[in-house]
Amino acid sequence: MILLSGVGKTFRGRDGGRVEALSDITLRVAPGEFVAIVGASGCGKSTLLRLVAGLVPVSLGRVEVGGELVTEPRADTAMVFQAPTLLPWADVLRNVTFPLRLMGKATSRTEEDARALLAKAGLAGFETKLPRELSGGMQQRVAICRALLQQPRVLLMDEPFGALDALTREEMSIELLRIWAETGAAVLFVTHSISEAVLLADRVVVMSPRPGRIADIIEVGLPRPRDFAQEGTPQFHEAAQRIRALIYAKKEVAHGAA
Amino acid sequence: MARPNLSGPIAVILLFVLWEGSVQAFGIREFLLPAPSVIASEAWTIRGAILNHTLATLQTVLLGFAAAVLISLPLAMAIASSPVISAAIYPLLVITQSIPKVALAPILIVALGANEVPRVIVTFLVAFFPLVVASVAGLLAAPPELIELGRACRAGRVQQMLRIRLPYAVPFVFGGLKVAAALSVVGAVVAEFVGADAGLGYLIQTSMAFFRTPLAFAAVVILALMGMTLFALVGLMERILFPWSSSSQTNIPAA
Repeated sequence: MILLSGVGKTFRGRDGGRVEALSDITLRVAPGEFVAIVGASGCGKSTLLRLVAGLVPVSLGRVEVGGELVTEPRADTAMVFQAPTLLPWADVLRNVTFPLRLMGKATSRTEEDARALLAKAGLAGFETKLPRELSGGMQQRVAICRALLQQPRVLLMDEPFGALDALTREEMSIELLRIWAETGAAVLFVTHSISEAVLLADRVVVMSPRPGRIADIIEVGLPRPRDFAQEGTPQFHEAAQRIRALIYAKKEVAHGAA
Repeated sequence: MARPNLSGPIAVILLFVLWEGSVQAFGIREFLLPAPSVIASEAWTIRGAILNHTLATLQTVLLGFAAAVLISLPLAMAIASSPVISAAIYPLLVITQSIPKVALAPILIVALGANEVPRVIVTFLVAFFPLVVASVAGLLAAPPELIELGRACRAGRVQQMLRIRLPYAVPFVFGGLKVAAALSVVGAVVAEFVGADAGLGYLIQTSMAFFRTPLAFAAVVILALMGMTLFALVGLMERILFPWSSSSQTNIPAA
Protein backbone atom coordinates (compact mmCIF):
# COMPACT_ATOMS: atom_id res chain seq x y z
CA MET A 1 0.00 0.00 0.00
CA ILE A 2 2.81 2.37 0.95
CA LEU A 3 6.18 2.00 -0.67
CA LEU A 4 9.24 4.05 0.15
CA SER A 5 12.36 3.21 -1.82
CA GLY A 6 15.70 4.86 -1.21
CA VAL A 7 14.03 7.97 0.15
CA GLY A 8 16.19 10.85 1.33
CA LYS A 9 15.24 14.33 2.45
CA THR A 10 17.54 17.31 2.76
CA PHE A 11 16.40 20.65 4.14
CA ARG A 12 18.12 23.91 3.48
CA GLY A 13 18.96 25.44 6.86
CA ARG A 14 18.55 29.14 7.70
CA ASP A 15 22.29 29.68 7.37
CA GLY A 16 22.23 28.23 3.85
CA GLY A 17 23.77 24.95 4.98
CA ARG A 18 22.13 21.64 4.18
CA VAL A 19 20.60 19.44 6.84
CA GLU A 20 20.06 15.81 5.95
CA ALA A 21 16.88 14.80 7.77
CA LEU A 22 16.36 11.38 6.23
CA SER A 23 18.66 9.05 4.38
CA ASP A 24 18.09 5.86 2.43
CA ILE A 25 14.67 4.95 3.82
CA THR A 26 13.19 1.85 2.27
CA LEU A 27 9.95 0.51 3.70
CA ARG A 28 6.90 -1.36 2.43
CA VAL A 29 3.60 -1.27 4.29
CA ALA A 30 0.94 -3.78 3.25
CA PRO A 31 -2.78 -2.88 3.00
CA GLY A 32 -4.34 -3.12 6.46
CA GLU A 33 -0.96 -3.30 8.19
CA PHE A 34 -0.20 -1.27 11.32
CA VAL A 35 3.38 -0.01 11.38
CA ALA A 36 4.76 2.07 14.24
CA ILE A 37 7.82 4.31 13.92
CA VAL A 38 9.86 5.00 17.06
CA GLY A 39 13.07 6.89 17.54
CA ALA A 40 14.66 9.73 19.46
CA SER A 41 13.53 13.31 18.91
CA GLY A 42 14.88 14.76 15.70
CA CYS A 43 15.28 11.47 13.88
CA GLY A 44 12.96 12.60 11.09
CA LYS A 45 9.90 10.55 12.05
CA SER A 46 7.49 13.40 11.42
CA THR A 47 9.23 14.35 8.19
CA LEU A 48 8.81 10.77 7.02
CA LEU A 49 5.03 11.00 7.57
CA ARG A 50 4.84 14.30 5.73
CA LEU A 51 6.63 12.78 2.75
CA VAL A 52 4.07 9.99 2.60
CA ALA A 53 1.27 12.55 3.04
CA GLY A 54 2.58 14.48 0.04
CA LEU A 55 2.93 17.62 2.14
CA VAL A 56 6.71 17.73 1.65
CA PRO A 57 8.51 16.62 -1.55
CA VAL A 58 11.29 14.02 -1.37
CA SER A 59 14.86 14.97 -2.23
CA LEU A 60 15.85 11.47 -3.29
CA GLY A 61 14.14 8.19 -4.08
CA ARG A 62 10.39 7.67 -4.49
CA VAL A 63 7.24 7.42 -2.37
CA GLU A 64 4.27 5.47 -3.71
CA VAL A 65 0.80 4.98 -2.32
CA GLY A 66 -1.39 2.35 -3.95
CA GLY A 67 1.15 2.00 -6.76
CA GLU A 68 1.05 5.71 -7.66
CA LEU A 69 3.89 8.15 -7.17
CA VAL A 70 3.05 10.67 -4.41
CA THR A 71 3.56 14.23 -5.67
CA GLU A 72 0.81 16.06 -3.76
CA PRO A 73 -1.65 15.26 -0.94
CA ARG A 74 -3.99 12.41 -1.89
CA ALA A 75 -7.70 12.06 -1.19
CA ASP A 76 -7.22 8.50 0.10
CA THR A 77 -4.62 9.54 2.69
CA ALA A 78 -5.65 11.04 6.02
CA MET A 79 -3.50 12.49 8.77
CA VAL A 80 -3.85 12.85 12.55
CA PHE A 81 -1.56 15.36 14.25
CA GLN A 82 -0.19 15.51 17.78
CA ALA A 83 -2.48 18.44 18.59
CA PRO A 84 -6.17 17.86 17.79
CA THR A 85 -6.07 20.84 15.36
CA LEU A 86 -9.82 21.28 15.37
CA LEU A 87 -11.53 24.34 13.96
CA PRO A 88 -12.42 26.39 17.05
CA TRP A 89 -15.51 27.89 15.39
CA ALA A 90 -17.07 24.64 14.22
CA ASP A 91 -18.94 22.13 16.38
CA VAL A 92 -17.83 18.50 16.64
CA LEU A 93 -19.98 17.30 13.74
CA ARG A 94 -18.81 20.04 11.38
CA ASN A 95 -15.21 19.43 12.42
CA VAL A 96 -15.49 15.76 11.55
CA THR A 97 -17.06 16.48 8.17
CA PHE A 98 -14.69 19.38 7.38
CA PRO A 99 -12.21 17.48 5.15
CA LEU A 100 -14.99 15.99 3.02
CA ARG A 101 -16.70 19.35 2.71
CA LEU A 102 -13.38 20.99 1.85
CA MET A 103 -12.73 18.41 -0.87
CA GLY A 104 -16.29 18.75 -2.17
CA LYS A 105 -16.90 15.07 -1.42
CA ALA A 106 -19.64 15.48 1.20
CA THR A 107 -22.85 13.67 0.31
CA SER A 108 -26.22 13.32 1.95
CA ARG A 109 -24.84 10.33 3.86
CA THR A 110 -21.79 12.14 5.24
CA GLU A 111 -23.52 13.50 8.31
CA GLU A 112 -25.10 10.17 9.12
CA ASP A 113 -21.74 8.40 8.76
CA ALA A 114 -20.12 11.02 10.96
CA ARG A 115 -22.71 10.51 13.69
CA ALA A 116 -22.20 6.74 13.58
CA LEU A 117 -18.42 7.13 13.76
CA LEU A 118 -18.66 9.57 16.68
CA ALA A 119 -20.94 7.15 18.51
CA LYS A 120 -18.39 4.39 17.96
CA ALA A 121 -15.72 6.64 19.49
CA GLY A 122 -17.89 7.30 22.54
CA LEU A 123 -18.82 10.82 21.47
CA ALA A 124 -22.56 10.39 20.96
CA GLY A 125 -24.36 13.42 22.34
CA PHE A 126 -21.39 15.74 21.78
CA GLU A 127 -22.11 16.50 18.11
CA THR A 128 -23.06 20.12 18.71
CA LYS A 129 -20.35 20.92 21.26
CA LEU A 130 -17.52 23.27 20.40
CA PRO A 131 -13.95 21.93 20.68
CA ARG A 132 -13.13 24.08 23.71
CA GLU A 133 -15.99 22.46 25.60
CA LEU A 134 -14.26 19.04 25.29
CA SER A 135 -11.35 17.52 27.20
CA GLY A 136 -8.04 16.95 25.42
CA GLY A 137 -8.74 13.24 25.00
CA MET A 138 -12.17 13.90 23.51
CA GLN A 139 -10.74 16.50 21.14
CA GLN A 140 -8.20 13.98 19.88
CA ARG A 141 -10.99 11.43 19.41
CA VAL A 142 -12.77 13.97 17.24
CA ALA A 143 -9.56 14.43 15.23
CA ILE A 144 -9.28 10.65 14.73
CA CYS A 145 -12.93 10.44 13.66
CA ARG A 146 -12.28 13.28 11.22
CA ALA A 147 -9.47 11.27 9.63
CA LEU A 148 -11.47 8.01 9.56
CA LEU A 149 -14.55 9.61 7.99
CA GLN A 150 -12.49 10.14 4.84
CA GLN A 151 -12.33 6.32 4.62
CA PRO A 152 -8.59 6.56 3.99
CA ARG A 153 -6.62 3.65 2.62
CA VAL A 154 -3.59 5.18 4.34
CA LEU A 155 -3.81 6.65 7.83
CA LEU A 156 -0.84 8.70 9.02
CA MET A 157 -0.65 9.41 12.74
CA ASP A 158 1.97 11.78 14.13
CA GLU A 159 2.21 11.10 17.89
CA PRO A 160 -1.58 11.36 18.15
CA PHE A 161 -1.58 10.53 21.88
CA GLY A 162 1.58 12.47 22.71
CA ALA A 163 -0.24 15.34 24.39
CA LEU A 164 -2.56 13.16 26.47
CA ASP A 165 -2.13 11.94 30.03
CA ALA A 166 -0.95 8.35 30.53
CA LEU A 167 -4.37 6.90 31.46
CA THR A 168 -6.23 8.52 28.58
CA ARG A 169 -3.43 7.39 26.30
CA GLU A 170 -3.81 3.69 27.18
CA GLU A 171 -7.57 3.83 26.89
CA MET A 172 -7.39 5.55 23.49
CA SER A 173 -4.83 3.16 22.03
CA ILE A 174 -7.10 0.15 22.60
CA GLU A 175 -10.04 2.13 21.21
CA LEU A 176 -8.00 3.06 18.16
CA LEU A 177 -7.24 -0.62 17.51
CA ARG A 178 -10.91 -1.52 17.83
CA ILE A 179 -12.03 1.13 15.32
CA TRP A 180 -9.08 0.62 12.97
CA ALA A 181 -9.75 -3.13 12.77
CA GLU A 182 -13.00 -2.36 10.93
CA THR A 183 -11.43 0.00 8.40
CA GLY A 184 -8.60 -2.04 6.93
CA ALA A 185 -6.48 1.06 6.44
CA ALA A 186 -2.70 0.85 6.37
CA VAL A 187 -1.38 2.83 9.34
CA LEU A 188 1.90 4.61 9.88
CA PHE A 189 2.01 5.59 13.54
CA VAL A 190 4.79 7.79 14.92
CA THR A 191 5.34 7.60 18.68
CA HIS A 192 7.91 8.16 21.42
CA SER A 193 6.53 5.34 23.51
CA ILE A 194 8.07 1.92 23.03
CA SER A 195 5.26 0.10 24.84
CA GLU A 196 2.64 1.97 22.81
CA ALA A 197 4.42 0.95 19.59
CA VAL A 198 4.56 -2.73 20.62
CA LEU A 199 0.96 -2.78 21.82
CA LEU A 200 -0.40 -1.26 18.60
CA ALA A 201 1.77 -2.35 15.72
CA ASP A 202 2.39 -5.40 13.57
CA ARG A 203 5.89 -4.13 12.92
CA VAL A 204 7.93 -1.44 14.66
CA VAL A 205 10.38 0.62 12.63
CA VAL A 206 13.22 1.82 14.87
CA MET A 207 14.96 4.93 13.58
CA SER A 208 18.34 6.39 14.42
CA PRO A 209 19.01 10.12 14.20
CA ARG A 210 21.23 12.47 12.15
CA PRO A 211 20.47 11.64 9.45
CA GLY A 212 17.29 9.68 10.11
CA ARG A 213 17.78 6.09 9.02
CA ILE A 214 15.99 2.85 9.69
CA ALA A 215 18.06 1.06 12.36
CA ASP A 216 15.95 -2.08 12.25
CA ILE A 217 12.41 -3.33 11.84
CA ILE A 218 10.99 -5.49 14.64
CA GLU A 219 8.14 -7.95 14.02
CA VAL A 220 5.86 -7.88 17.05
CA GLY A 221 3.96 -11.10 16.39
CA LEU A 222 1.40 -10.72 19.18
CA PRO A 223 -2.04 -12.04 18.22
CA ARG A 224 -4.92 -9.64 17.55
CA PRO A 225 -7.19 -8.37 18.99
CA ARG A 226 -4.68 -6.83 21.36
CA ASP A 227 -5.31 -5.89 24.99
CA PHE A 228 -3.33 -4.80 28.02
CA ALA A 229 -2.98 -8.37 29.28
CA GLN A 230 -0.49 -8.94 26.47
CA GLU A 231 1.84 -6.39 28.03
CA GLY A 232 2.70 -9.11 30.57
CA THR A 233 3.70 -11.70 27.96
CA PRO A 234 7.33 -12.65 27.22
CA GLN A 235 6.78 -11.78 23.55
CA PHE A 236 5.85 -8.22 24.48
CA HIS A 237 8.89 -7.82 26.69
CA GLU A 238 11.22 -9.30 24.16
CA ALA A 239 10.04 -6.94 21.42
CA ALA A 240 10.20 -3.93 23.77
CA GLN A 241 13.72 -4.93 24.89
CA ARG A 242 15.01 -5.25 21.35
CA ILE A 243 13.63 -1.81 20.44
CA ARG A 244 15.10 -0.27 23.59
CA ALA A 245 18.49 -1.85 22.87
CA LEU A 246 18.46 -0.48 19.31
CA ILE A 247 17.60 3.04 20.43
CA TYR A 248 20.11 3.23 23.29
CA ALA A 249 22.90 1.40 21.47
CA LYS A 250 22.76 4.01 18.75
CA LYS A 251 22.85 6.76 21.35
CA GLU A 252 25.99 5.38 22.96
CA VAL A 253 27.74 5.13 19.63
CA ALA A 254 26.80 8.72 18.90
CA HIS A 255 28.10 9.86 22.29
CA GLY A 256 31.30 7.90 21.84
CA ALA A 257 31.92 9.52 18.48
CA ALA A 258 31.29 12.97 19.88
CA MET B 1 -25.75 33.51 36.67
CA ALA B 2 -23.00 35.43 38.45
CA ARG B 3 -23.83 38.65 40.25
CA PRO B 4 -23.23 41.61 37.93
CA ASN B 5 -20.04 43.43 38.87
CA LEU B 6 -21.08 46.94 39.92
CA SER B 7 -17.67 48.30 40.95
CA GLY B 8 -17.21 50.09 37.57
CA PRO B 9 -20.42 52.18 37.67
CA ILE B 10 -19.93 52.87 41.39
CA ALA B 11 -16.41 54.22 40.74
CA VAL B 12 -17.74 56.55 38.02
CA ILE B 13 -20.53 57.85 40.28
CA LEU B 14 -18.05 58.40 43.13
CA LEU B 15 -15.78 60.35 40.78
CA PHE B 16 -18.66 62.67 39.80
CA VAL B 17 -19.68 63.14 43.42
CA LEU B 18 -16.09 64.01 44.35
CA TRP B 19 -15.90 66.40 41.40
CA GLU B 20 -19.13 68.18 42.30
CA GLY B 21 -18.14 68.36 45.99
CA SER B 22 -14.66 69.77 45.47
CA VAL B 23 -15.83 72.39 42.95
CA GLN B 24 -18.42 73.59 45.50
CA ALA B 25 -16.11 73.32 48.52
CA PHE B 26 -13.13 75.11 47.00
CA GLY B 27 -15.20 77.61 44.99
CA ILE B 28 -13.44 76.75 41.69
CA ARG B 29 -14.48 79.20 38.97
CA GLU B 30 -16.76 77.95 36.28
CA PHE B 31 -14.58 78.66 33.24
CA LEU B 32 -11.74 76.67 34.81
CA LEU B 33 -13.63 73.61 35.98
CA PRO B 34 -17.43 73.60 35.96
CA ALA B 35 -19.32 71.33 38.33
CA PRO B 36 -21.16 68.36 36.77
CA SER B 37 -24.51 69.94 37.75
CA VAL B 38 -23.62 73.13 35.86
CA ILE B 39 -22.49 71.15 32.83
CA ALA B 40 -25.76 69.23 32.79
CA SER B 41 -27.99 72.27 33.18
CA GLU B 42 -26.14 74.36 30.56
CA ALA B 43 -26.25 71.48 28.11
CA TRP B 44 -29.95 70.98 28.79
CA THR B 45 -30.80 74.57 27.87
CA ILE B 46 -29.47 74.09 24.33
CA ARG B 47 -30.31 70.39 24.05
CA GLY B 48 -31.65 70.71 20.49
CA ALA B 49 -28.39 72.15 19.20
CA ILE B 50 -26.36 69.59 21.12
CA LEU B 51 -28.39 66.78 19.61
CA ASN B 52 -27.65 68.13 16.13
CA HIS B 53 -23.93 68.39 16.89
CA THR B 54 -23.94 64.86 18.26
CA LEU B 55 -25.65 63.49 15.16
CA ALA B 56 -23.22 65.32 12.89
CA THR B 57 -20.26 63.78 14.72
CA LEU B 58 -21.89 60.37 14.84
CA GLN B 59 -22.34 60.46 11.07
CA THR B 60 -18.65 61.21 10.52
CA VAL B 61 -17.65 58.52 13.02
CA LEU B 62 -19.83 55.84 11.44
CA LEU B 63 -18.84 56.67 7.86
CA GLY B 64 -15.15 56.70 8.78
CA PHE B 65 -15.47 53.47 10.74
CA ALA B 66 -17.34 51.79 7.87
CA ALA B 67 -14.64 52.91 5.42
CA ALA B 68 -11.98 51.53 7.76
CA VAL B 69 -13.72 48.13 7.92
CA LEU B 70 -14.37 47.92 4.18
CA ILE B 71 -10.79 48.78 3.26
CA SER B 72 -8.89 47.10 6.10
CA LEU B 73 -10.18 43.55 5.70
CA PRO B 74 -9.36 43.06 1.99
CA LEU B 75 -6.05 44.87 2.58
CA ALA B 76 -5.23 42.54 5.48
CA MET B 77 -6.08 39.49 3.34
CA ALA B 78 -3.79 40.74 0.57
CA ILE B 79 -0.96 41.35 3.04
CA ALA B 80 -1.41 37.97 4.72
CA SER B 81 -1.60 36.06 1.46
CA SER B 82 1.76 37.06 0.06
CA PRO B 83 5.10 38.18 1.51
CA VAL B 84 5.68 40.25 -1.64
CA ILE B 85 2.46 42.25 -1.19
CA SER B 86 3.17 42.52 2.50
CA ALA B 87 6.65 43.94 1.88
CA ALA B 88 5.19 46.43 -0.61
CA ILE B 89 2.24 47.65 1.46
CA TYR B 90 3.45 47.62 5.05
CA PRO B 91 5.93 50.52 4.72
CA LEU B 92 3.17 52.63 3.12
CA LEU B 93 0.86 51.80 6.03
CA VAL B 94 3.49 52.77 8.56
CA ILE B 95 4.05 56.06 6.70
CA THR B 96 0.32 56.92 6.79
CA GLN B 97 0.38 56.09 10.47
CA SER B 98 3.44 58.20 11.22
CA ILE B 99 1.91 61.38 9.77
CA PRO B 100 0.01 63.26 12.50
CA LYS B 101 -3.61 63.41 11.34
CA VAL B 102 -3.96 66.90 12.78
CA ALA B 103 -1.30 67.99 10.31
CA LEU B 104 -3.01 66.23 7.44
CA ALA B 105 -6.52 67.52 8.12
CA PRO B 106 -6.07 71.14 6.92
CA ILE B 107 -4.32 69.95 3.75
CA LEU B 108 -7.17 67.57 2.97
CA ILE B 109 -9.75 70.26 3.60
CA VAL B 110 -8.06 72.64 1.17
CA ALA B 111 -7.79 69.89 -1.40
CA LEU B 112 -11.28 68.39 -1.00
CA GLY B 113 -13.33 71.32 0.25
CA ALA B 114 -14.96 71.98 3.60
CA ASN B 115 -17.42 69.13 3.51
CA GLU B 116 -17.92 65.67 4.97
CA VAL B 117 -15.41 63.92 2.70
CA PRO B 118 -12.13 65.15 4.29
CA ARG B 119 -13.57 64.54 7.78
CA VAL B 120 -14.46 60.96 6.90
CA ILE B 121 -11.01 60.44 5.39
CA VAL B 122 -9.27 61.72 8.53
CA THR B 123 -11.50 59.48 10.68
CA PHE B 124 -10.69 56.54 8.43
CA LEU B 125 -6.95 57.26 8.60
CA VAL B 126 -7.00 57.30 12.38
CA ALA B 127 -9.10 54.14 12.69
CA PHE B 128 -7.92 51.76 9.99
CA PHE B 129 -4.32 51.05 10.99
CA PRO B 130 -4.92 49.05 14.19
CA LEU B 131 -7.64 47.16 12.35
CA VAL B 132 -5.28 46.17 9.53
CA VAL B 133 -2.55 45.17 11.97
CA ALA B 134 -4.91 43.09 14.11
CA SER B 135 -6.47 41.42 11.07
CA VAL B 136 -3.12 40.52 9.54
CA ALA B 137 -1.98 39.10 12.87
CA GLY B 138 -5.20 37.06 13.01
CA LEU B 139 -4.88 35.77 9.45
CA LEU B 140 -1.34 34.63 10.16
CA ALA B 141 -2.23 33.15 13.56
CA ALA B 142 -3.78 29.91 12.28
CA PRO B 143 -1.57 27.09 13.62
CA PRO B 144 0.69 25.54 10.95
CA GLU B 145 -0.92 22.16 11.61
CA LEU B 146 -4.35 23.55 10.72
CA ILE B 147 -2.91 24.83 7.45
CA GLU B 148 -1.30 21.41 6.90
CA LEU B 149 -4.69 19.82 7.50
CA GLY B 150 -6.07 22.09 4.78
CA ARG B 151 -3.25 21.16 2.43
CA ALA B 152 -3.68 17.46 3.23
CA CYS B 153 -7.33 17.95 2.18
CA ARG B 154 -6.06 19.36 -1.10
CA ALA B 155 -7.20 22.91 -0.35
CA GLY B 156 -5.64 25.61 -2.52
CA ARG B 157 -4.41 28.96 -1.22
CA VAL B 158 -7.75 30.68 -1.73
CA GLN B 159 -9.61 27.92 0.09
CA GLN B 160 -7.06 27.95 2.90
CA MET B 161 -7.63 31.70 3.24
CA LEU B 162 -11.41 31.58 3.17
CA ARG B 163 -12.10 28.33 5.02
CA ILE B 164 -9.31 28.33 7.63
CA ARG B 165 -7.42 31.60 8.00
CA LEU B 166 -10.36 33.99 7.79
CA PRO B 167 -12.57 32.30 10.39
CA TYR B 168 -9.52 31.80 12.58
CA ALA B 169 -8.87 35.56 12.46
CA VAL B 170 -12.34 36.56 13.70
CA PRO B 171 -11.39 37.10 17.37
CA PHE B 172 -8.36 39.17 16.28
CA VAL B 173 -10.47 41.21 13.84
CA PHE B 174 -12.96 42.01 16.58
CA GLY B 175 -10.13 43.08 18.86
CA GLY B 176 -9.07 45.49 16.09
CA LEU B 177 -12.67 46.61 15.51
CA LYS B 178 -13.02 47.60 19.16
CA VAL B 179 -9.89 49.76 18.99
CA ALA B 180 -10.99 51.19 15.63
CA ALA B 181 -14.45 52.07 16.99
CA ALA B 182 -12.97 54.07 19.84
CA LEU B 183 -10.39 55.71 17.56
CA SER B 184 -13.07 56.71 15.02
CA VAL B 185 -14.44 59.14 17.60
CA VAL B 186 -10.96 60.61 18.08
CA GLY B 187 -10.52 60.95 14.32
CA ALA B 188 -13.87 62.65 13.80
CA VAL B 189 -13.16 65.25 16.49
CA VAL B 190 -9.67 65.96 15.11
CA ALA B 191 -11.24 66.61 11.70
CA GLU B 192 -13.96 68.82 13.20
CA PHE B 193 -11.39 70.90 15.05
CA VAL B 194 -9.84 71.82 11.72
CA GLY B 195 -12.78 72.28 9.43
CA ALA B 196 -16.44 71.91 10.33
CA ASP B 197 -19.56 73.99 10.92
CA ALA B 198 -21.23 71.39 13.11
CA GLY B 199 -20.29 68.50 15.36
CA LEU B 200 -19.09 68.09 18.92
CA GLY B 201 -15.49 68.99 18.00
CA TYR B 202 -16.81 72.22 16.48
CA LEU B 203 -18.90 72.80 19.62
CA ILE B 204 -15.84 72.43 21.85
CA GLN B 205 -13.87 74.97 19.80
CA THR B 206 -16.63 77.59 19.62
CA SER B 207 -17.55 77.14 23.31
CA MET B 208 -13.98 77.63 24.45
CA ALA B 209 -13.62 80.71 22.24
CA PHE B 210 -16.37 82.29 24.36
CA PHE B 211 -15.23 80.72 27.67
CA ARG B 212 -18.38 78.63 27.83
CA THR B 213 -16.45 75.83 29.47
CA PRO B 214 -19.51 73.85 30.68
CA LEU B 215 -20.63 73.30 27.07
CA ALA B 216 -17.18 72.07 26.06
CA PHE B 217 -17.24 69.66 28.99
CA ALA B 218 -20.70 68.46 27.95
CA ALA B 219 -19.35 67.72 24.46
CA VAL B 220 -16.41 65.81 25.95
CA VAL B 221 -18.74 63.71 28.08
CA ILE B 222 -20.95 62.91 25.08
CA LEU B 223 -17.86 61.93 23.04
CA ALA B 224 -16.72 59.59 25.79
CA LEU B 225 -20.18 58.02 25.91
CA MET B 226 -20.19 57.67 22.12
CA GLY B 227 -16.83 55.86 22.13
CA MET B 228 -17.89 53.55 24.95
CA THR B 229 -21.19 52.74 23.25
CA LEU B 230 -19.54 51.89 19.92
CA PHE B 231 -16.98 49.74 21.74
CA ALA B 232 -19.75 47.90 23.58
CA LEU B 233 -21.80 47.46 20.38
CA VAL B 234 -18.86 45.83 18.61
CA GLY B 235 -18.46 43.46 21.56
CA LEU B 236 -22.19 42.69 21.51
CA MET B 237 -22.10 41.96 17.77
CA GLU B 238 -19.21 39.56 18.33
CA ARG B 239 -21.05 37.67 21.05
CA ILE B 240 -24.19 37.37 18.91
CA LEU B 241 -22.56 36.53 15.54
CA PHE B 242 -19.50 34.56 16.72
CA PRO B 243 -20.26 33.10 20.15
CA TRP B 244 -17.23 30.79 19.87
CA SER B 245 -14.84 33.70 19.42
CA SER B 246 -12.24 33.73 22.19
CA SER B 247 -12.06 37.51 22.52
CA SER B 248 -15.69 37.44 23.71
CA GLN B 249 -15.14 34.30 25.72
CA THR B 250 -16.96 34.26 29.02
CA ASN B 251 -18.01 31.38 31.20
CA ILE B 252 -19.34 28.43 29.26
CA PRO B 253 -22.21 26.60 30.88
CA ALA B 254 -20.98 23.18 31.95
CA ALA B 255 -21.64 20.39 29.45
